[in-house]
Formats: sequence, C-alpha cells, structure tokens
Amino acid sequence: MATATIDSPDTHDDHDEHHATSTGISNTKLAMWTFLGSECLLFGGLISTYLLYKTRRGPGPDNTAIPTDIFDIPFTSVSSFVLLMSSLTMVLALSALTRGDNAATRAWLLSTAMLGSVFIGGQVYEFTGFIREGVGFTHNPASSAFFTLTGFHGVHVSLGILMLMSLYVASKQGKLTPKHTETVEIVGLYWHFVDVVWIFIFTVIYLIPVD
Amino acid sequence: MAIIEEPLALTSGEAATAERPLGGLTRPQGGNGWRDWLSTVDHKKIGIMYGVSAMFFFVVGGIEALLIRWQLAAPEGQLLSAEVYNQVFTMHGVTMVFLFIMPLAAAFANYLIPLQIGARDVAFPRLNALSFWIWISGAIFLNSSWIVGGGGADCGWFCYSPNSGLAFSPSHGVDFYAIGLQIAGIASLLGAVNLIVTVLNMRAPGMSLFRMPILTWMLLVTQFLLLFALPVITVALFLLMFDRLFDAQFFNPATGGDPLLWQHLFWIFGHPEVYIIILPSFGIISEIIPTFSRKPIFGYSFMVFSGIAIGFMGWGVWAHHMFVSGIGPFSVAAFSLSTMFIAVPTGVKILNWLATMWGGKLLFSTPMLFAVGAVAMFTIGGLSGVTHALAPADTQQTDTYYIVAHFHYVIFGGGVLGLMGGLYFWWPKIFGHMLNETWGKVHFWIMLIGFNLTFGPMHVLGLQGMSRRIDTYSPGFGFELWNMVATIGAFIIALSVLVFFYNVWRSRRDAPNLPAPGPDPWDARSLEWMIPSPTPEHNFDEVPLVESEDEWWHRKYGYDENKRVVRIATIEEVAQDGSAEGVHLPAPSFWPLVLALGLPLIGYGLIFNLWLCVLGGALTGLALYSWALEPVDDPDADHGHDDHHDDDDGGDDDAAEPEAVTSGAEGGE
Amino acid sequence: MTDTVTETHLEHDEDHGAHEHPSDWVYIKIALILALFTGIEVLTYFESALPFFENNSVTIATLMFLMVVKFYLVATWFMHLRFDNPIFGRMFVAGLVLATAVYCIFLSAFEFWA
Repeated sequence: MATATIDSPDTHDDHDEHHATSTGISNTKLAMWTFLGSECLLFGGLISTYLLYKTRRGPGPDNTAIPTDIFDIPFTSVSSFVLLMSSLTMVLALSALTRGDNAATRAWLLSTAMLGSVFIGGQVYEFTGFIREGVGFTHNPASSAFFTLTGFHGVHVSLGILMLMSLYVASKQGKLTPKHTETVEIVGLYWHFVDVVWIFIFTVIYLIPVD
Repeated sequence: MAIIEEPLALTSGEAATAERPLGGLTRPQGGNGWRDWLSTVDHKKIGIMYGVSAMFFFVVGGIEALLIRWQLAAPEGQLLSAEVYNQVFTMHGVTMVFLFIMPLAAAFANYLIPLQIGARDVAFPRLNALSFWIWISGAIFLNSSWIVGGGGADCGWFCYSPNSGLAFSPSHGVDFYAIGLQIAGIASLLGAVNLIVTVLNMRAPGMSLFRMPILTWMLLVTQFLLLFALPVITVALFLLMFDRLFDAQFFNPATGGDPLLWQHLFWIFGHPEVYIIILPSFGIISEIIPTFSRKPIFGYSFMVFSGIAIGFMGWGVWAHHMFVSGIGPFSVAAFSLSTMFIAVPTGVKILNWLATMWGGKLLFSTPMLFAVGAVAMFTIGGLSGVTHALAPADTQQTDTYYIVAHFHYVIFGGGVLGLMGGLYFWWPKIFGHMLNETWGKVHFWIMLIGFNLTFGPMHVLGLQGMSRRIDTYSPGFGFELWNMVATIGAFIIALSVLVFFYNVWRSRRDAPNLPAPGPDPWDARSLEWMIPSPTPEHNFDEVPLVESEDEWWHRKYGYDENKRVVRIATIEEVAQDGSAEGVHLPAPSFWPLVLALGLPLIGYGLIFNLWLCVLGGALTGLALYSWALEPVDDPDADHGHDDHHDDDDGGDDDAAEPEAVTSGAEGGE
Repeated sequence: MTDTVTETHLEHDEDHGAHEHPSDWVYIKIALILALFTGIEVLTYFESALPFFENNSVTIATLMFLMVVKFYLVATWFMHLRFDNPIFGRMFVAGLVLATAVYCIFLSAFEFWA
C-alpha cells in the first residue's frame, strides 16, 4: 500500500525454526491463532447455511417475509463502519500500552468497547425492527439462519467487549503494564477477527444483491 | 480468550505456598487422595483419568451392544421394544465413538505426547485439566438422559433429520444428544489447541518435527482434524438444538427446511471423525511394530506424509455417506472418485508396516499381537470400504448390515485393537508393572475370535439384504444362522474384556512379587523409555538433547565397522534415574473442575428451565475470573517473565518458552 | 510492580522477537483506506450512483474484491501478520482455506451457484 515507509519489522528469524527446542514464539499467541483458524470453520458453516437458505420463505400466509426484503442498508453500513473503526482504536490501545502510556491505553480500550457496544446496540435495534415487521426467528428458514448467524457474531462481539472491559478495569487498578502487551495483543487478535468476519458478512449477506 | 493459560510456569516442588499479593487467590497444594486428582494439572494423571473413564464407557457401550445382539439373536426378539431398541443402538454408537474411542485416544495423547517430545507437561496444564473435566461432564450429561430425559437419543448416532425432529423424537433424548455432544466438543477443541501448541512449541532441544515419533505425528494430525471438524458439528448441533428447543426452521421440509443440510454438515465433520478415530491407533501400531521387529519403521517420511495426506483428503470425501440421499449424479461421481483415492495413503501405511516386519526378528508379545491383529482386521475393513466407494455397489449395500460389518472392522478391528495393544505396551510405563503376558495373549485371541464371529457374518447378512437399525426380523429370510453366530461372537468379545479386567487386577496383585520392569522393558525406541517406570512426576530429570530419530534406541545401539548393529550401552547406563529434586511443576487448580460443572447446568437449563442457565453461566463466569486471578505460584523463580500477570481476561503472560532444563540433579549419562 | 521487573520484562520481550509495530499514523492511514473502501461498497447499493453498478456481476465482482482487500488489510496490519512469525499466519490461513474449500464444495452440492 502507500505506506511502505514504516520501520522495518523486527525479524528475529534467527531465533526461529533453526532451533528445534521450540519455534521461539509465544504459546498463548499461537493458541489464539490456532483457535481463530478453527473459528473460520464455525462461521463458514453458519454463513453457508444462511446463503443456502437466504431465499427460503415460509409457506404463508404470515411467515413469507425474509430478511433480504427488509434490510436497511444505510443503517447497517453505519454500524459496520463503527465496528471497522473499533479495530483502529484497538490497535491504538495496544500501541499506547507498548509506549507505556496508561491513560491513552485506557482511553482507547474504552473507545473500542464503546464502539463495539454501539454495534451491538445497532444489532438489537435491527433485530427488534425485523421482528416488528414479521421476520422473526421462527418464521422461516431464511430468518432462522439470519438470526443464528448474526446472533453468533453478536455473542462473539459481546464476549470481546467483556474482555476489553476486564482489561480496562485491570489497567485502572494499575495492573496492566507494558509487560502485558501480549495479553492486550491477544484480545486484539480476537477483536480483529470478529471484525473481519463482519467484513465478510456485510458484503456477502447484506450488500450482494439477491435476485 | 479467557481460558488461556500461562506458559508452563514452574514452581519449585517444596514451596508451592507463597501467596502472591497481587492475585488475591491462592492455588491449592497438590495434597493427596481425591483432592490431588480433582485439582491435578499433571498431564499424566489427566491421561489416566481419561483412560479410566473411557474404559468405563466402553463397558456401558458394550452392555448396549450386548442388548442389541441379544435382541437380534433370533427372529422376533422380545427383549427390547422398538422404541428402546432405537435408543440403545443410538447410544451404543454415540458412547463408543465420543465416550470411548476418542477419550481413550486422548488418554494416549495426554500421557505420551509430552514424554515423546521430551517435555515437562503440555503447553497449558490448567486448560488440559479443563478439557478432561468438560469432557466428563458432557459424558455424564449425555447419559443422564436415560434418567431425566425420558430415554436416550433415538435417532442414530448420525441423527438424521427428520428423525431427529420433535415429530418423530418427542422425548428429550435428542436434546441431550445435541447439547451433550456440544459440551464434549468444547473439551476436544480446547484439547486440540493445547496439544497442537504443545507439539509445536514444547519439543526438547534437537527434536525437530521430522525426528518426532510417528505416534506424536499421528496424534498431531488428529488434533488438527479435531480443530477443524468440531466447529462444523457444533454448527449442526446448534441448528438442531434451535429447531427442537426454540422452534427454528432449519430441518423441517414443511416450512422450506432441508434435511440434506444436516446430512452434509454432519458428514463434513463425520468423515474427518473417522480418521480422528483411526489415526491414533495407526500411530500406536507404528510404535509397536518397529519395537517388536527390532527394526526402525520402514519409510518414516512416507508414514508421516501418508498420515498428513489421510488427514487432508479426509475433508473431500464426506458425501460418500450420502450416495443414496439424492445429491445428484455429479456429486456422487466426484465423491466416489475422491473416496477411491484416499485408499492410497492408507495402503502406503499398511505396506510400510509389512515392510517393517519383513526380515525383522519378530517377537510376538501381546502388544505386537494386537498391532498385527489390528493391521489385518483394518485391511479387511478397508477392502470392504473400497467396495462401497463404488456408488452402484453402495446403492445396494447402504443401510444394510454390510455397512455395519465394514465400519466395525475399521473402527473396532483397526482402532480398538490398536488402542488395546497400546495399553499393553505402555502399561509398565504408566503403572510401573507389566500386564501378565499369558493372560494378555488369552485376551487377544478371545477378542480376535469373538470380533470375527460377530462382524464377519454381518457381511453375509448385509448382502442377503438385512437392514440396519431394524429392531427385529421375521423368520424365513435366511437371517437366523448368522445372527445367532454374531450374537455368540458378541458375548465372546464381552468375555475377552472381562479377561482384560481380570488381567489388570491380577497383574497389579502380582506386581510386588515380580521384578520391576525398569525404564525400558520392551527395548523400545522413543524418549519415554529413558525415564523410570512409572513416570516420575517431573517426567525427565534432565531434558534430553535429541540427535536423531528413534533417539532412545540410538543411545543404546550403534554400528560396528561392518555396519552391524551392536549394543553400545545398557539401559541402566543411559536411562535417567528419576532422582531430580526441586523441579518446577505447575501448581494444581480447582477452577477447571468448577468451570466444567457450569456447562451441564447450562445444558439442563436450556432443556428444562432457563433460570438454570443463569446459574450455570454465573458459575462458569466465576470460575473463569477466578482462574485468571489465580496466581502463578512461582515466587522463587526469577526468570523475569513469569512474574505472573493478573489481568482479568485471563489471556496471558508473555511468550516464554518453558525453561527447558530446570533440574539441578544429575540425569542419566 | 517495580521498575526493575518491567525492565527485565521488556528486554525479554525483545529477545523473543516481539516485533516493532508501525506507528499510530500508519494505523490511521490503513483505517482511512478501509473507510474509503467501505464507502465504495455502500455506493454499489445505490445503483443509480454509477452506471456500471447496474450490472449485477460487475457489482458482485467489485464487492468481493473490496471485501478481500479489507480482510487482507486488517489481517496483515492490525493483526500484525505482516510483522509476526509466519507460523501464526499459517495456522489461520489453514483454517481459512479449508473453510473456503469445504463450504464451496458444500454449496456446490446444493447447486447453489446455478
């Protein structure tokens, strides 16, 4: 991209792989990435289920409406944008902690959690609107699959918010120091993953037109 | 996330007490008796608990099998009603797959992976304990449906829709199936993450990936299969649960749902699951055969790559379970082809085992008998498997006893016999005494005969057209003779299992009067045999420096000037004596157990009363935060990085490879 | 927590290749690119805005392309795969590729693309 002038990444490859003792990388971070690899299969299954069912209406008369009929794209665009920007505040929190700037760390952690909450709030609003308009969880395969997929994602975001708030409290108590950079980084990995899943969902579920 | 563990923080054995001011909580101190087992984070004790629980469920599943065979022994059997029969065969399958073979493989994985790679423990010891407790709580939850759920699940282990729907399965059995397997699945997923990190990160110096024993390799592939297959069944089980408990519309054709969705999701998981079952056994066989052939494994890298290939190709064959489900001619043709291809890496393995034995000085001790038996029986099952890779033949065979015969030859013949061989092989390492050889051989031969009497005739029954899953049959179809033979065979298998338990009891009784087996009773090849039997709590006195594949064997044997193998050292000279003191070990914890107790509560809550979910969720949350706040108890250690974190999310401490060598005591050499 | 502990720890971090991350400004630039791409994505929804988005396949191709780029940017920059040990990325990509392959075959079996 246009930003090729960053500090050259620290490549400690000499520590890695040539030693057979271990890979030289962190257990915890490796565990998180391994777990995220597994999560791909989880969300893949939910997304595929929705794609398969997205136009399956009920036999009628009052369960024929499906989510794609009533998507509010401008609204979802805004909440998607909010979640996307929370990834920025997340990296800024990590960056602040690396510098040892605790106040900034807390501010960015809190903004990340707030942005996440706004996203969740938007989802709750969207869900209640759907239900009001006759697209409930139990109405037809399309709506069941939609609520299951977005609900799973919402639960993931909510867990992320809980983790962020825990970090915030820890920092408030003075327990979050630069030596915990990796903890914040790992929570960040989870957070960014939830974000990229939404990047996928936003495009494939919301934006790609259904004939 | 919150359940991630610190890297093996090592405390000194004597002073696990010091309370960390930052944590607020203390960690329990080992102690003895039941407390020790409930709070242990030792991979060896966890492995033993997996093994014992698995054998318990082997008996449970075995009794269910005997009920099935008793019912089918003669036409118009009256022992079980059709409803109960459905529950019994369903729970037989579920129990044997999820509560016997998988945990028994997990027992070997837990006990042996750290030993074979020269590690002190797994990467995340508390997470390891959590896996076990979650699995056992899921297992108990699943079986509690007999008592509180109005009977077991009755939809077959694959639980096809619409049989799994409320219309055809109104009791709570299927709910217990869906939630119980989810709980057990969480356990396997956490275990997979843990063991993958362990294998990649915790290897002893010099233990490169291509010096690892084949067993560790096959278990690693298995963990990757679990890692990627479990989320798929999780999705399927959630959809099923939502359908049944919350009126979602996933599998009901009347409202536009598609039962094929379940079949695909189930078998995308289900076929890798087949390899999850068989690969640990392949690994065990690959350890036993070289040891008792007095030769290195033939084609090490072929063995490794064929295992990886099986694991990989296992993802592209799932629809061969669905050839008659109406998936269309193109899908049938494609999956038929891919299924035939997967026979190739499997064949490579069988040929390599034969080549390993070729020209070897064969010693038919009990483990070797089981290993060779497993190879032979698996080959039969593999060949019948290739016959239904051909879609036209499968159309004839599907849903008949021919299929039942096939998968029992593969899973029981290939899987269970191999695992049994593993029990005999590593028993001295685990318990410090051998199992009696004579009774072991009696066990083997009775089991082999009983097995073939039970499942051999099922090929004939299937080709005669006898359906699976029918609770009885009428006289006059020619099914009588072979059904009776199969039933007699099943009871012979049961007898062999009793012989095994008798052997366990008897060998333990006789052990004090027999010479101790020493570190290496079989003159074996991998690292676990260089430490005393039973394994000391700290595993290795001194972490070995690995210089070759089959490291332990190369420490005992070398080559003379004529390239002939000569002994260069006795076992006593090169083995470690287990005398290390003050080795830092991870401290025990009760929170994994507490956390695991919350999950079945959530499960009961989903079925009966949502308030229970709140209670279960609260318990889980409490345990998670306590876990994160629990101190890492090594006040003496001053490595800098293991000064523990106490942030609340439980995500954890810094990088840090484990301190590889912490012992001050002398090791072997 | 004493300073000494912190210092020891930082040293240790460096020992273990704890990658230097880019500056905040770089992150902000990435975020701006992401925002821009999201804007283009949303634009396709208002089909009349640009004439060629009236063509469905062009719209889908554009959307998929932008999605992949956004995904890639977040994974490589925000999740640091660019700077980290490749093993992390391999773990993730293994899951991602497997999921894509398996579920594409799965959807093909339902003749989803037809």
